[in-house]
Amino acid sequence: MLKKRDDFEDILEERRNSSDLRYALKCYTPVLYKQLTPCTASDLKNMVLCSTQVHFVIAQVSKETGAAPEEVQAEASSILEEMAHRLQLGPIRFFAFVLCKVFKTLFRSVCVNEEGIQRLQQSIHEHPVVLLPSHRSYMDFLLMSYILYTYDLALPVIAAGMDFMGMKILGEMLRMSGAFFIRRSFGGDKLYWAVFSEYVRTMLKTGFAPVEFFLEGTRSRTSKSLTPKLGLLNIVMEPFLKGEVFDVALVPVSISYERILEESLYARELLGVPKPKESTSGLFKARKVLSENYGSIHVYFGQPVSVRSLAEGRVQRGQFNLIPRHIPRRPSEDVQGFVNDSAYQLLRAQEENMVLKPWVLLSSLLLRGGGMMMEELSEGAVWLRELCRQYGAFLHWPETRFNFKQSPDALTLNTGAQKGAGLTAEEELLSQAVIILSCASYRNQALHVFVRPALLATALQAAGSAHKQDVFNTFNFLRNMFANEFILCPGAAVQDFEEACFLLMKTGVVLMEQEEVLVTENGHRTITFLTSILDPFLQGYQVVCRFLCEASTESLTEAQFVPAVRTFIVRLLLSGLSFKHFSCFQTHSHCVCVCVCVCVCCRATKIL
Amino acid sequence: MASSSSGGSGSGSEMQRTAQHRISVIAGHLRRPAEGDVAVRAEECKAPQSRLEASGDGRTVPMKRHEVMKWNGWGYSDSRFLFNKKGQAEFTGKRYKLSGMILPALKDWFEGTFGASLQHKSPATPLLNTSAVQAPTLNQDFVEELKSIGVPFSHEAEDRAFRGHGHCLHEIFALREGKIGRVPDMVVWPNCHNDVEKIVALACKHNVCLIPYGGGTSVSSALECPPEETRSIVSLDTSQMNRILWIDEKNLTAHVEAGIIGQDLERLLNESGYCTGHEPDSMEFSSLGGWVSTRASGMKKNIYGNIEDLVVHIKMVTPQGVIEKSCQGPRMSTGPDIHHFILGSEGTLGVVTEVTMKIRPVPEYQKYGSVVFPNFEQGVACLREVAKQRCAPASIRLMDNEQFMFGHALKPQVSSIFTSFLDGLKKFYITKFKGFDPSRLCVATLLFEGNREKVLQHEKQVYDIAAKFGGLAAGEDNGQRGYMLTFVIAYLRDLGMDYYVIAESFETSVPWDRVLDVCRNVKARVVRECKDKGVQFSPLSSCRVTQTYDAGACVYFYFAFNYRGLSDPVHVYEQVEHAAREEILANGGSLSHHHGVGKLRKEWMRETVSEVGVGMLQSVKDYVDPKNIFGNRNLL
Repeated sequence: MLKKRDDFEDILEERRNSSDLRYALKCYTPVLYKQLTPCTASDLKNMVLCSTQVHFVIAQVSKETGAAPEEVQAEASSILEEMAHRLQLGPIRFFAFVLCKVFKTLFRSVCVNEEGIQRLQQSIHEHPVVLLPSHRSYMDFLLMSYILYTYDLALPVIAAGMDFMGMKILGEMLRMSGAFFIRRSFGGDKLYWAVFSEYVRTMLKTGFAPVEFFLEGTRSRTSKSLTPKLGLLNIVMEPFLKGEVFDVALVPVSISYERILEESLYARELLGVPKPKESTSGLFKARKVLSENYGSIHVYFGQPVSVRSLAEGRVQRGQFNLIPRHIPRRPSEDVQGFVNDSAYQLLRAQEENMVLKPWVLLSSLLLRGGGMMMEELSEGAVWLRELCRQYGAFLHWPETRFNFKQSPDALTLNTGAQKGAGLTAEEELLSQAVIILSCASYRNQALHVFVRPALLATALQAAGSAHKQDVFNTFNFLRNMFANEFILCPGAAVQDFEEACFLLMKTGVVLMEQEEVLVTENGHRTITFLTSILDPFLQGYQVVCRFLCEASTESLTEAQFVPAVRTFIVRLLLSGLSFKHFSCFQTHSHCVCVCVCVCVCCRATKIL
Repeated sequence: MASSSSGGSGSGSEMQRTAQHRISVIAGHLRRPAEGDVAVRAEECKAPQSRLEASGDGRTVPMKRHEVMKWNGWGYSDSRFLFNKKGQAEFTGKRYKLSGMILPALKDWFEGTFGASLQHKSPATPLLNTSAVQAPTLNQDFVEELKSIGVPFSHEAEDRAFRGHGHCLHEIFALREGKIGRVPDMVVWPNCHNDVEKIVALACKHNVCLIPYGGGTSVSSALECPPEETRSIVSLDTSQMNRILWIDEKNLTAHVEAGIIGQDLERLLNESGYCTGHEPDSMEFSSLGGWVSTRASGMKKNIYGNIEDLVVHIKMVTPQGVIEKSCQGPRMSTGPDIHHFILGSEGTLGVVTEVTMKIRPVPEYQKYGSVVFPNFEQGVACLREVAKQRCAPASIRLMDNEQFMFGHALKPQVSSIFTSFLDGLKKFYITKFKGFDPSRLCVATLLFEGNREKVLQHEKQVYDIAAKFGGLAAGEDNGQRGYMLTFVIAYLRDLGMDYYVIAESFETSVPWDRVLDVCRNVKARVVRECKDKGVQFSPLSSCRVTQTYDAGACVYFYFAFNYRGLSDPVHVYEQVEHAAREEILANGGSLSHHHGVGKLRKEWMRETVSEVGVGMLQSVKDYVDPKNIFGNRNLL
């Protein structure tokens, strides 16, 4: 299970020893796509507006709405104007300089796997490239561009939310460093979709620059991967499926933060404090984060995934032969399934290369509840580290004996967690929740390592029989229930079950008999730990279900639903019900995700 | 353009010219006594003796083909490429323009492109080992009756081995290694339609498998004998049915026996002042019957049309009898055109014996030309525009950069310093002055035909369009060399195979909007597959657009690689070719533009013509040939 992974190189080290200005002004000659059609950012716009795709939709819209084609054309043009980036080297150099300074203050180190960089460079030369970083922080895309600039790689164009555009000056700066802005929702707007998708495709096909976007669509507030959004992935795969390029390379990038900048912000957001609007002044106010230490960042550029090999045997490319390719069509079922599966596969690739720091394991232990002695904790950590290694996790463990003081946030949080017991006032409860939730978000970083074995462990306990088929059925039930909670490839239940069995067997936790799955003597500790991992989620779902049964009589809209559940939980906690504190708070963090699942419950309750 | 050259006008000089032309046509007829009484000879076609002489007289294909042609390679035995003692490439023989010339640049190109070396030779087995040819399975009753009707036949190993293959790489590779698989058990040489009728009737009577054989230039495994065939297999060689039976100047048609090969047909018609204008690249050896049964396409189809446009009447002998139309009307609305059951039937339904074809007066003026484009994309855009304006010259072809380089490597040694100086200057102008990137530029070769004035006018029109796409006129020489390449390419493959390099070509047709995509993706796929399959050297993967249509184009691919270090090169090559075809189909290309399906591409027929389509073809086969007498198992 242990895969050979590349070594890391700290790119800040050199920055601490040499001139930042010289670095920002260095000679920048990236390797380009071999079949590059040379063009400028404004050429791109023309190409998009002149494309048959956009023309077709313009004609269509004008026919439907009765507007003159020129008007629609002008609208398309303004959409593009609003969206398009203006990638220039000047602002990049400026950002490079500023980010140098910022990174050096904030982070101890920024570590990058150089072999991944080399692979990426080769991919950029060979094929159009799509960069798919994980999304945990606003820093992500700045960091990506910074790293690519440092290594003399082609700078990406980045799909960014429209929110950033509202930022004065900075929005334009981002635009000039390669960001292009897309509306968060444009459901039925054909014209917008046509312009947008054509813009992305054109950049990809011409090899203008690597296209970067976030598969998860938004920052994960809980540090666990969100289920993928498929729109952009569909768009970037289309040129290959329609034969317009030989291949597209998808490069999953895993960015692991020791401590996320927005840490406490996220926790508050989960508790119902609205997210601050993106603004330049807001950013300025947030400069206080500069005074804190955020540890190190690990950026792992994964193995490029060829869309061609993904599609091999999955998609009948001939399906596009009979209709002109510029006519927009809903993707066929096999294409949809293919894109969905690929998205999960890519997310798993992202997760696999996430670097886990010691504190992640410690929080997993701490969150199991109660107080804990230091020795007990460090013994547990060593045990857990071994387990993680066995499960193929990517650990970054300091060589020397583990020392709590090395991890600044560890201590603060730790003390916070221990103080947390026995508060009654609502505000105090919430402020405690912030700490617990932050802690939980650390634990969540390791979820992908444990989720399959944990599902099996829980299934073993819940099945009430050791019969393999029963265990599998329970496993499958849990898996389906958590389908939106964790990255579990749809339709891969059997593989997941086998993987979980294999891991538990390997670590000597279970024995596989002919028809039975038996837990061994030594396995109980692992089983207990694994079930404890899943426990908060189960309880969270339980609370929501309880809410649905007890509290809600009238129907709720989706927007009302989340706050309602939230108040319900606070009430439960305040009335001193027998929930363990932290597990209840956990519920909050997953409310949103649970929502989808709850929809099912809603339907179910209505039937009942 | 084509019709204008024949259309008479009122002017006196025009009349005079027409009269002169007529006289030359008549003179042409008179000059050839053999041709004068073809009708008579067709009647008394039972004397094999005199026929042998007749075929020796100006005809290219004798009954004993192996006496003039290679048994394990392309073309004439006396013509081949070789590297001489000085390491320079030369082309032997006297038949071609290139014959006897030294090609100084070929060695470097060859070694550079393939990583091959003149030190590493992979020579072919020089002589056919007749003992390697399995003994014939003869159907004695059939043989006896055949003797009684007096049709010549043979079951000598050389004759049989020669007719057991086409020119696919795997077929030639096996022959060069001296490996001979299932071959026909005997060869018969009918002399006319009546002979064929008798042979087919006998075959039906004695349940013998017949495989029609025309020029033997198939590249679709169509001539391979199905190994599972247990009956006696008889190769029906049509080469002796090679007469022009009549020429009808009023309707501009000629009635020709289907065994005639392209070069003979053109030469004989030229003597009368006519041509068919059908010039497939294989026209030196391929036969009229073969063209009909594979739906062949000629280089100059823009003026003359493809084979389906050229035929007016077809006569085919099937096990159920003879199929033909009752008149020679130029077009009919009489249900589905029965010609289209015959065209492309690939020898599965019967033997095409006689064809009435359209003919045209020999064009007054021919001019080659070439245009250099800064890149392939621009070149394709230009071809597309030419097709859109429907002003394509007789032939227009666009070679990619790799083929352009290849063409350059075939430049013969220049005799004068002046020419080499001019060449240098031209190169300087294009690359330095015009800023074309030598590793990206590509060249279109052109051939104009018609009367002088029209040609010049036409030429200007095409060059003007080309200029809009950044094209620069690059002279007649380059154009002519481009066309020469197509005739010698098959000889070059034999040279490559002497030095561990194997090569093949394949073709497709594709809508205009996908031309670039197909070219790019298929070329890249070939490279990737070679790498994946363990080919140690980077392959040559090249393409050219060879025909333009209103709605699309024909694209031709070459690929070649150095197979040193591979244990089973043919298998690797087959895998690569298979992958390339998959790629073509996935990108919206057709299964074949003119090579046909044969047995090589059979597996894709169902997805190509749909389940019902296959059923339709099958039901025709079942009716026409229920006993599977024409059992070459092509197509279905």
